[in-house]
Amino acid sequence: MANPNGIGASVRRLEDQRFLTGRGRYTDDFKRPDMTHAVHVRSPYAHALVKGIDATEALAAPGVVAVLTGADMEADKVGSLPCGWQIHSKDGSPMKEPGHFPLARGRVRYVGDAVAVVIAETREQARDAAELVMVDYEELPAVASSTRAVEGAAALVHDDAPGNVCFDWHLGDKAAVDAAFARAEHVARIDLVNNRLVPNAMEPRAALGEYDASNGEYTLTTTSQNPHVIRLLMGAFVLGIPEHKLRVVAPDVGGGFGSKIFHYGEEAVVTWAARKIGRPVKWTADRSESFLTDAHGRDHVSHAEMAMDKDGRFLALRVSTLANLGAYLSTFAPSIPTYLYATLLAGQYKTPAIYAEVKAVFTNTAPVDAYRGAGRPEACYLIERLVDIAAGVAGLDRTEIRRRNFVPAEAMPYQTPVALQYDTGDFAKNLDIALPLVDYDGFAARKAASRATGKLRGIGFATYIEACGIAPSNVAGALGARAGLYESAEVRFHPTGSVTVFTGSHSHGQGHETTFAQLVAERFGVPIENVEIVHGDTAKIPFGMGTYGSRSLAVGGSALVKAMDKVERKARKIAAHMLEAAESDIEVKEGRFTVAGTDKSLGIGDIALQAYVPHNFPLDELEPGLDEQAFYDPKNFTYPNGCHVCEVEIDPDTGVTKVVAFAAVDDFGRIINPLVVEGQVHGGLVQGIGQALYENCVYDESGQLLTGSYMDYCMPRAEDVPSFTVRTHEDQPCTHNPLGVKGCGEAGTIGASAAVMNAVVDALSAYGVTHLDMPATPEKVWRVIQAARPAPALAAE
Amino acid sequence: MPSRVTMTVNGKTVSREVEERTLLVTFLRDHLGLTGTHVGCDTSQCGACVVHIDGRSVKACTALAVQVEGCSVTTIEGLAAADGTLHPMQAAFREHHGLQCGFCTPGMVMSAVDLVRETPDLTEQEVRNALDGNICRCTGYHNIVKAVLAGAEAMKAEPSRIAAE
Amino acid sequence: MYAFSYQRPKTLAEAANALKAEDAKLLGGGQTLLPTLKQRLARPSDLIDLSAIPDLKGVREVAGGLEIGAFTRHAEVGQSEVVRRVIPALAGLAGNIGDRQVRHMGTLGGSIANADPAADYPAAVVALKTVVVTDRREIPGDDFFTGMFETALQPDEIVTAVRFTKPDQAGYAKFRNPASRYAVVGVFVAKFGAEVRVAVTGAGPSVFRADALEAALAADFRAEALDGVAVDADGLNADIHASAEYRAHLVTVMAKRAMGTLE
Repeated sequence: MANPNGIGASVRRLEDQRFLTGRGRYTDDFKRPDMTHAVHVRSPYAHALVKGIDATEALAAPGVVAVLTGADMEADKVGSLPCGWQIHSKDGSPMKEPGHFPLARGRVRYVGDAVAVVIAETREQARDAAELVMVDYEELPAVASSTRAVEGAAALVHDDAPGNVCFDWHLGDKAAVDAAFARAEHVARIDLVNNRLVPNAMEPRAALGEYDASNGEYTLTTTSQNPHVIRLLMGAFVLGIPEHKLRVVAPDVGGGFGSKIFHYGEEAVVTWAARKIGRPVKWTADRSESFLTDAHGRDHVSHAEMAMDKDGRFLALRVSTLANLGAYLSTFAPSIPTYLYATLLAGQYKTPAIYAEVKAVFTNTAPVDAYRGAGRPEACYLIERLVDIAAGVAGLDRTEIRRRNFVPAEAMPYQTPVALQYDTGDFAKNLDIALPLVDYDGFAARKAASRATGKLRGIGFATYIEACGIAPSNVAGALGARAGLYESAEVRFHPTGSVTVFTGSHSHGQGHETTFAQLVAERFGVPIENVEIVHGDTAKIPFGMGTYGSRSLAVGGSALVKAMDKVERKARKIAAHMLEAAESDIEVKEGRFTVAGTDKSLGIGDIALQAYVPHNFPLDELEPGLDEQAFYDPKNFTYPNGCHVCEVEIDPDTGVTKVVAFAAVDDFGRIINPLVVEGQVHGGLVQGIGQALYENCVYDESGQLLTGSYMDYCMPRAEDVPSFTVRTHEDQPCTHNPLGVKGCGEAGTIGASAAVMNAVVDALSAYGVTHLDMPATPEKVWRVIQAARPAPALAAE
Repeated sequence: MPSRVTMTVNGKTVSREVEERTLLVTFLRDHLGLTGTHVGCDTSQCGACVVHIDGRSVKACTALAVQVEGCSVTTIEGLAAADGTLHPMQAAFREHHGLQCGFCTPGMVMSAVDLVRETPDLTEQEVRNALDGNICRCTGYHNIVKAVLAGAEAMKAEPSRIAAE
Repeated sequence: MYAFSYQRPKTLAEAANALKAEDAKLLGGGQTLLPTLKQRLARPSDLIDLSAIPDLKGVREVAGGLEIGAFTRHAEVGQSEVVRRVIPALAGLAGNIGDRQVRHMGTLGGSIANADPAADYPAAVVALKTVVVTDRREIPGDDFFTGMFETALQPDEIVTAVRFTKPDQAGYAKFRNPASRYAVVGVFVAKFGAEVRVAVTGAGPSVFRADALEAALAADFRAEALDGVAVDADGLNADIHASAEYRAHLVTVMAKRAMGTLE
């Protein structure tokens, strides 16, 4: 690598200086002259009619500027929050798509559903007054879980969704699967729950709406992963503001993990209210409010079966899943348990036939949508738990059954029976690298040592493959997406040679300001500190689809490469003119343009200056300036894959599970910044471990959220997790994007939960345990041990 | 009821009229414009708001501004040297990629500085245990722990600067 | 939080006087009270901050044990050389309350007056033959906690100090709620001659002494003596984190672990 800050270098992050000195600018940090504060009045009931709202007392409270309700929005013709993906049921009928209004109209459907907004001079005054808004509720029966929702007598969340079903969808060849099961030698079965989670980015959501009466322009500053998407959805569908009059800014954003992809009602409320009251309006969620109203993740109940031949080779997989969508359709909700889930059910295995049915239902709970991994962790968890059970059924070692069924590297590209075509991957290699990292051969001795101290030790594997870098727009469109999924980039060389890059990707922790700058530094040989990455502002960036689905580098980075290609092409023409050579004789290397076979050359800085001071410039052929824009639409998904191995030790006296070792081997294709990539893996692993051992979102039967704060929702702390062993290899680059990159943002979360639970079940296998639902809390583990005591296997030893 | 509160923040004396219910974190963010101290929860658990009061780490969301009358408060904005040179702990977080979105970072760094000042020699496990008042959702803690251990070593090498805070 | 008036008296008498206001509340370190106020679960008219009263602060070695001022913060107790020497288990308990930042603010008096069933200090107060000293009387530690968030204190009474008796040996172990980090079960074991006291916090509505464990340890003061000694789950707390049955089980387990920390 010629450039010390180019591709492959662990460049220390450029954005860190401001974050480390308290100079980050998050949405709640913004303060405007004459700014007001909004507090929402939210339903304390999971399901109720709103028969009246009396704001008299609230309006008279100190500092109150306005109290606005759903009726006010309706009068202003404010629309429903749109859903960005349409699924069709097995019978061809479109999914049920009930209205989802920023402030409820006549009926509330989950605890936290907003019924009014109080706007006051200070936040405390708005809070004081919010308590004075009298809402006349008539409570209705509620349904809080997916399994209850589909019972015959269940209350209806939406009158126009019979049986609470949003859609009943399927994928795969049912006949082929049935035939394979008919001739199967072994069948492994599992029933499992993929527990509901709350994403919990550390920065609570916030939104600041402004309206400039002089030109009719609105500005929304918001905690978003994709400001252009918010502009499109809110402008076109909710508030009826044309794009040229609506600016959406997503400044520094304190983590997203999916939960900040979606267009939320509060964004529309503050934008609309800012015009209504003629002053800026800011809303910032309390953590309690985040728990109630951020889109949640996961929440599947599944049954799965694997048919095998006598040697444990997979013949067919059959999956049936009930997915909870919550009370309303969040922006991308329908795509998560369908095209981001069932299409991944092949996993790393050459299972020839797969059939999946997914019934998605409404409940009186917060909306459920993408959370880190989004469908793929659910698929991985299901497959990898089932494969462990299959190993037991077939009498094979858990590594052997995996090896026996891996899609071999030489079979790539590989068409799965569930729509995807994997481009590259060497799954056996991942496993081969992983096993020594955890000293697999020494496991038996460690297990014995644990036993000598009264502890139970287990080891678990998970192999995963994910489809990310979403997505080819035409494919996504055919599958129901209502948007394109390309990305844009603009590369602007300034006259004195510094560079500003405008990207439609958005960093909320991923480090774009560094990694994207590395791409420019590598390509043009400019010092990295002369490259500025601008993101998160619709007024500056041509367009953007944002950051989610591990797409920033694979799609946004590819767009940047395309824009750099254009810059280079133009620069080459300029260089040819300046050097009085034929364009074809110009050789380009790291921003140096040389006439082949001579020492005549120009740097990109010389060319940029000439582009803006075009005194010796091919003006008849080229326009001045050096500023190029590109859109990149991916040709396929990318397929990061890997093998995670987890070792746990369980204290049978308390049921406490401790992760004692964790190794992750990942194939992310080519890597731009190893330090950043490893950081992404670490964070993902802890979210996966969190799901397996600690995190659980619980509603009671009446729809009250029981885990509504950090007092009850367990966030992993530093002492709950180990340090990790992380390895990557780069010999299976992506074949269809110019960087060869696959994406790394979600991988850790996708593989970790399954690896942990496979280790927990392994540790408990002496007690006859073959499955345990997540999270494996101390009491749950203690109970299964109690139920089995004395364990025959242990007693015998 | 408004009340005048006076304290030293990052070495400067400040005095403001505030409602008595004003939290220290609100005072810092809204009244002084020191928005580096963040609010990540409302149950005193996440630690995004950690500052030092008279040199000890405290959650600024769980203290009233009036309680801090007459005290010396250091926030993340006051940690680096006047010329912008990072405190060794800040530098260690950068070197070891101990931050991603940056939201928990100010509190995490302030907690770490206080921890190391009290206990200069720490094991990895001790660092992990001592950070139980700070939640990070991005890093998985791996690099934070590395950063704190490295920052502790660096602080030993620069004792004079540390004492100056 | 609702609006209130704030006062910071300099003497106990001033504090007592201020506390006569209708809905006045004392403010110790505020680590429980302020979160409660932030959730708008209480609406005091006045907050009386005890931090400026010198008499309420500090650790003193007294005949037979320690006297610790009510406004002594957990971190000070945890780090006190005197506490570490006289009753190291008490220093250990205080040094592990909540998290580091909470310990820098939270106070002994605030903790016991609040009587949170999941707080740590109540276990020590009951196990260590204490006397709770107030502005008007002395209350035996055994009689101080009367129920969930309830104590023997009068509404206008102020805890000034707690006197702890030095045990021959003592130990404390707790099982923390993984989410909140409060004690699901905390067990303080103290031995005074032939007498053994086992005080349990977290498990029930209020701290209690575990008779069966005390009897077993009085007969044989070794962790092994607790093998097979069960605690009745009846009346214990149950929530989404731990059932009464599990808590009952943990009492014995934590008692054994407390025996492993004896100092």
